[in-house]
Amino acid sequence: MKYILKKIGIFLLTLLGISVLVFFAFQVIPGDPTTRMLGTTATPEKIAALREQLGLNDPAIIRYFRWLTDFLKGDFGTSYSYNMPVSKLISGKIAITAALSGMSFAMVLVMSIPIGILRARFAHSIPDRISMIFNQLIMSVPPFFIGIIFTYVFGLVLKLFTPGDFIPHSESASGFWGYLVFPALAIALPKSAMVVKLLRSSMVREMSEDYVRTAYSRGNSRWQVLRRHVMRNAIIPVVTFLAVTLVDIIAGSIIIEQVFAIPGIGRLLLSSIIGRDLPVVQTIITIISIAVISVNYIADISYKYIDPRIRFR
Amino acid sequence: MRHFRKALAIILATLMLSAALSACSGGKEAQGSEQPASDSAQPSLSPVMGGDLTVGIAQDLDDTLDPHSMVSAGTREVLFNVYEGLVKPDTKGNLIPAVASEYSISDTGDTFTFTLRDGVKFHNGNLVTVKDVVYSIKRAAGLDTGTPLIPGMEEVKSVEAPDDKTVVVTLKGPNIEFLALLTAAIIPDGNDPATEVIGTGPFKYVSRSPQENIILEKFSDYWGTPAYVDTVTYKIIDNAETLVMSLKSGVLDLVSHLTSAQVNELGDGFTVLEGTMNLVQAVYLNNGVEPFNNIKVRQALSYALDRQLVMDYLADGRGAAVGSSMYPAFAKYFRPELVDYYSYDVEKAKQLLSDAGYPDGFDMTITVPSNYQPHVDTAEVIAEELKAVGVNVNIELVDWETWLNRVYLGRDYQSTIIGVDASMMTARAMLERFTSDSASNFTNFSDPEYDSTFKQAIACTDDAQQVELYGKLQTILTEDAANLYIQDMCDLVAMGNGLQGYEFYPIYVMDLSKVYFTK
Repeated sequence: MKYILKKIGIFLLTLLGISVLVFFAFQVIPGDPTTRMLGTTATPEKIAALREQLGLNDPAIIRYFRWLTDFLKGDFGTSYSYNMPVSKLISGKIAITAALSGMSFAMVLVMSIPIGILRARFAHSIPDRISMIFNQLIMSVPPFFIGIIFTYVFGLVLKLFTPGDFIPHSESASGFWGYLVFPALAIALPKSAMVVKLLRSSMVREMSEDYVRTAYSRGNSRWQVLRRHVMRNAIIPVVTFLAVTLVDIIAGSIIIEQVFAIPGIGRLLLSSIIGRDLPVVQTIITIISIAVISVNYIADISYKYIDPRIRFR
Repeated sequence: MRHFRKALAIILATLMLSAALSACSGGKEAQGSEQPASDSAQPSLSPVMGGDLTVGIAQDLDDTLDPHSMVSAGTREVLFNVYEGLVKPDTKGNLIPAVASEYSISDTGDTFTFTLRDGVKFHNGNLVTVKDVVYSIKRAAGLDTGTPLIPGMEEVKSVEAPDDKTVVVTLKGPNIEFLALLTAAIIPDGNDPATEVIGTGPFKYVSRSPQENIILEKFSDYWGTPAYVDTVTYKIIDNAETLVMSLKSGVLDLVSHLTSAQVNELGDGFTVLEGTMNLVQAVYLNNGVEPFNNIKVRQALSYALDRQLVMDYLADGRGAAVGSSMYPAFAKYFRPELVDYYSYDVEKAKQLLSDAGYPDGFDMTITVPSNYQPHVDTAEVIAEELKAVGVNVNIELVDWETWLNRVYLGRDYQSTIIGVDASMMTARAMLERFTSDSASNFTNFSDPEYDSTFKQAIACTDDAQQVELYGKLQTILTEDAANLYIQDMCDLVAMGNGLQGYEFYPIYVMDLSKVYFTK
């Protein structure tokens, strides 16, 4: 319990650190939101008036604390570009990106764990060798490229989905999840290949350990040994890797959203960075950071349940 | 570094794919479905009332929907369907009465009297009253705040409603072109359009979702010819490949501002219309710095420029050449004789360069906003062309933000390629920026004759004489070779699903009330 409290403390400190970084990074990089907002109608007077209106003339440290206290109160500010409250702007979009990432992660689990175990069980066989070639191939293709190929093959040629025709959840739940299948798969494929490779090699290594021989000598079948003994030890590095993978999937979603024209958080984040829409950028990055750190902490805590020998200190 | 590699990989992959796609469609140079370059060559099929129109746009309107404060051309294009002024432009470039039914301009050119049209309703169902009109114009002109929202509106001295049918706008001085500014949107008295969008146009605003869509709905109580379609959904698709695929798959019905390459990928089943973008694309020169403060250098480069080659490379030869800061669709003012004032002549260019003291040419930098691919491509073609006269071009790509700050506002550059358009349908909007003391004179062009002619032109109360003076201003820009004028870029519009009725305007708007589905 003490451990968990300590972890939560560190968690909050990390978030604070991130909020400082996010805020001050945009003070350092060049670019003024007012120029973009006024475009070619800008004059020095208009810029000055707008800066005053947005409160940009106050010292950065004051603006930071103002932003932080508002953020903690749940007020994410107003988007410069859209003149809309940030919370209203992002609420629907976070759900879309979360759905895409979650679906993609589920696909990774469903595809990679059975294949990894099977390949470890039949290691060095001909099917294992053949699947290794495919594995290496899929691993090396970036998701957005798979995405482009999917839109072409499954979208335009086979007409399994209509590229660009994203269906909101409010319109049709099945249509929404249906549209996400191919983008999620595009992200999941290379990640699954990596997990398969890791799981297989981790299990094969464990299988040559002494305790495995002991287990066999006690009359356990091969499957029993794999399930009861090898898996427990082999899965630890895989869990760590899965946590990293989930983070990568969130980042991957941001890119794949562009390819499939999915109106998630990624497109908004990119356009807000380009437009220096600071309230939006700060909110999105902070929320993504919370998600990323949480995933890592959940992975940390889950070790204990996989291997009770691991003690928290 | 990792991100850079990722970005590079994306670019490479997109290049590869587009190369592959264009290889597939290569040899089909005469696209089966493409209409010849004209907007009237449509077979007229019977229009169907109703239907849901989906329009693809490549960039979100990351802008307020306040019609008086909006800055981007894309926003103007969408809001044209929602808002109307006392007058509005037609496809020929004339200003026709809208919320007003008639108007008169005093002989002194400084008093505009409007009679309100009967029965014009706002999207909220209320009738438009003179109070609403006075509020709207005062707001746009900033009469109560001191800061005009629309540039040029600062000329308004007063807005009054002597009775409940009449509105009188009085200016600080004569300006017969001011009518064009009264296309400013009429909104309900007290309304804040940034939070509530209420206009009088053929479509009413329903909702927007950033980076996703903007939805409009037909306004059934519209005073004029009602729109054909029931709803319009603008879908924001910023990936060029996805945009084309969405057109092909039928998700999108209409997309404008396509490139030739995108149109070539479309294949059969689409109506492709060709218009112009209504802007002046040029290599804008900083007339205040070496070597472009020398008229001979500017003239030399004008001779060294083969505009046809730019158009061939960019858009398979489409586009309209220009020779001064006015585009052809602005027919009333456009001077066709200036187009070929500097005909392509490398020898003459070399001669002028050596007269100017640069017999071996020089190095120059063209600063181009990297988010406008056509301008980047143009810079590359021009860099090749100028090699022939010994001018070595360095292309500097900057983001839009930097461009605005450094080039447009800071004037800290040597030359740049951009398209300059007119936010208002006035010659003044195109030509005022070249007067010495204009805040938007980013080229630092300065000619006393130009300044005095401009003063005469804007004070002129006779239309024909004013057109003449504006013509003279264009001639000065050409003779002084203020910039290396290239073209008004072509605007390609593709429509699928049997759509008809699209018409081009001489300003950057998209009128969707005339578009209809056919049986």
